[in-house]
Amino acid sequence: MRRLRPETRWAYVFLLPWLIGLVVFQAGPMLASLVLSFTRYDLIGAPEFAGTANYARMLEDPRVSRAIGNTVVYTLLHVPLAIAFALALALVLNRVTGRAAGAFRTIFYLPSMTPYVAVGVLFLFLLNGQAGMVNQFLALFGIEGPQWTTDPDWILMGIVLMSLWNLGSTTIILFAALRNVPRELSEAAMIDGAGTWQRFRAVTLPMISSALFFVVIINTIASLQMFDQVYTMFFGNQVAQQSYGDAALFYVVYLFQQAFQFLHMGYASALAWVLFLVIAAITLVQVKVGNRLVYYEAEEHAG
Amino acid sequence: MLRSSVGPDRRAAVRAATARGGRGPAAVTLSTAVITTMIAALAACGGVGSGGGGERSGGGASLTTMGFGLPDEIATVRVDAFKKANPGIALQINEGQFDEQAFLSAVAAGSPPDVVYLGRDRIGSYAARGAIQPLDGCVAEQDVPVGDFYPAAQQQVKYDGKWYGMPEFYNSIVLVVGDKAAKDAGVDPAEIDTSDWERLAELAEKMTRTEGGKIERFGFYPKLPEFLPLWAKANGADILSADGRTSRLDDPKAAEALAYAHRLVEAQGGWTKLKAFTDTFDYFGEGNPFVKDQIGAMLTEQFVVTAMAGTTPDVKITVLPFKDRQGNPVNNVGGNAWVVPKGAKNPDAACAWIKTMTAADTWIAAARARAAKRAQEGKAYTGTYTGNAKADEVIFSEIVKPSGKKPFDDAVKVIRSVQEAGFVVPQSAAAAAEFKKAWEDAATRVLQGEQQPADALERAHTEAQKAIDEATS
Repeated sequence: MRRLRPETRWAYVFLLPWLIGLVVFQAGPMLASLVLSFTRYDLIGAPEFAGTANYARMLEDPRVSRAIGNTVVYTLLHVPLAIAFALALALVLNRVTGRAAGAFRTIFYLPSMTPYVAVGVLFLFLLNGQAGMVNQFLALFGIEGPQWTTDPDWILMGIVLMSLWNLGSTTIILFAALRNVPRELSEAAMIDGAGTWQRFRAVTLPMISSALFFVVIINTIASLQMFDQVYTMFFGNQVAQQSYGDAALFYVVYLFQQAFQFLHMGYASALAWVLFLVIAAITLVQVKVGNRLVYYEAEEHAG
Repeated sequence: MLRSSVGPDRRAAVRAATARGGRGPAAVTLSTAVITTMIAALAACGGVGSGGGGERSGGGASLTTMGFGLPDEIATVRVDAFKKANPGIALQINEGQFDEQAFLSAVAAGSPPDVVYLGRDRIGSYAARGAIQPLDGCVAEQDVPVGDFYPAAQQQVKYDGKWYGMPEFYNSIVLVVGDKAAKDAGVDPAEIDTSDWERLAELAEKMTRTEGGKIERFGFYPKLPEFLPLWAKANGADILSADGRTSRLDDPKAAEALAYAHRLVEAQGGWTKLKAFTDTFDYFGEGNPFVKDQIGAMLTEQFVVTAMAGTTPDVKITVLPFKDRQGNPVNNVGGNAWVVPKGAKNPDAACAWIKTMTAADTWIAAARARAAKRAQEGKAYTGTYTGNAKADEVIFSEIVKPSGKKPFDDAVKVIRSVQEAGFVVPQSAAAAAEFKKAWEDAATRVLQGEQQPADALERAHTEAQKAIDEATS
């Protein structure tokens, strides 16, 4: 056996706390949940082996398809909108110079500091169809706003609207990428007669494509795992659970209900593992597609 | 309570559930991992706690409670009574609302509290799973006078013929009418009778007020989906068989009741608007919907009325019984109960605790303290509605005095009069949560206009029966 060099050995020693954490608190429980996904388990009695019954049940469960439908629609709406808005904000931030710049960056990031639970409660008030500020605002233009929180056709839209509150991280990542776009490329294009849109399209966008790709991936993952705000708004207390039906049933919300409301831990574990595999697959596809679209040399230029 | 919000523990779980932020694609799996971790961490505890039901431990007695708080004299007086009678027991009260996850993981880990305070409708599901233990031994050894409890409360704490809990409060459902709304509609509020469904529908429309697409007053709030069992009962239908094994959600009478309540809501402006409107209510504050004339009439638990006696004693309301179509009062009752979890270290002390907390004498002492406090504040005491009929006898004949506020004095009489009409939905074994969810969702689908009442209840019936069969197989 090859002997480890002293530095390598020390590196492992320093990594040890993290490795132990990974095994005990991440990999171990994940493995346990994989095992549980093949059992019937209600937390109180011992788990009973159930074969693939939990996975078979998912195929028949109408709520699973409803939850997947809601989650996919939300993801398809949220990701493009969030990135478009965040990019617009980042472009604005990039224009602001001087002393105000720091203040604006802080202000743009502030919403991300609000706890998700607070955001959920806040938007329940803002979106209320009878007394909420969103509809009061629409009324200024003579529009009778929809019942965002109670109309099953609008609940998902209301959630998308709420999700655009929290763009701080995406904005900061895109803003950092914009700062790295070399000015001389833009100037050269300008000398060649390129307009604002052409410069954005042909210079800026390719140069920040790796950052864009990154935020697409993390936003997709976050959307598929949407939970906190939705749970707070529509499932957080007993009265809420009684009155909104399935319009806001997201995949992870359903998983949580199965696990902690109905105590079907085995079924919930199976749901979790399917989500895990789906996210892994989607990300794999995104990486494959992304490799063709992303201009990675940008980093070398920037460096 | 109506305003119960996300408990702190669940909030922590919620926070943990979605870890987010600027991590690379390599971290794809992390958030899913956190969720699986939550499940698995609890799972890892499984199988440890097999302390067994009837375990008795001697000396060094201590008692730990869960789900119970000490917000007022009704609680503290009774706790003091227990401490006085049992000076040798070290009492630890873990204040805070009942939290299902915390409770079940404690049971699974083999270190449960000795006694737990929770909603009576959960008892069947925990009893069926073996998470709580029967109290028949306790009742026999310590001579608990179970006959003192209201029959409906007794029924709700029994499962499979055994006692699994002792009832605390006894919440009744009554009809509360805003006098102004009734008079605007040209009706004497005291004359309103819910047994005539046609006239009730007319009245509901008359009491409703809208302005420019906005609801100003909800004429008659039937409190669906939560009161579906009550509406079904008013139309002569039980939604579950007495043994809790067979769903009766497909009873055409239940569908008829749901269709009627839905029609009421539609005629008053539609569910989506009305629901958004009721979401803005604060039933327990000084700006409650009766003071603000936002409600014509509504079905509600009696504690909304007793709360108003404290916050807005001059409100003009009339409290009436909710009557079925034959004209008899109908009342879906509920409340909390004390239970002893599997593996409790000190079941004897737990039994003594339960006996003291639910005994007539203790309730009466607590009621006297509350009456004295209200008198000091110059407010009316509208009674404490306990699960103990013997205690209520004394409370309402000796302690509750006419306050001079007619609406509340009359309300007390009405609430007392509907108590014996109280019924409960039977305990439905391990599938209680699924059963409830099935009919709630069905009623919601109807209200939202997604499904017809009969179809919605038919689907709920299939879902519920499947869950019950799976749980009992």
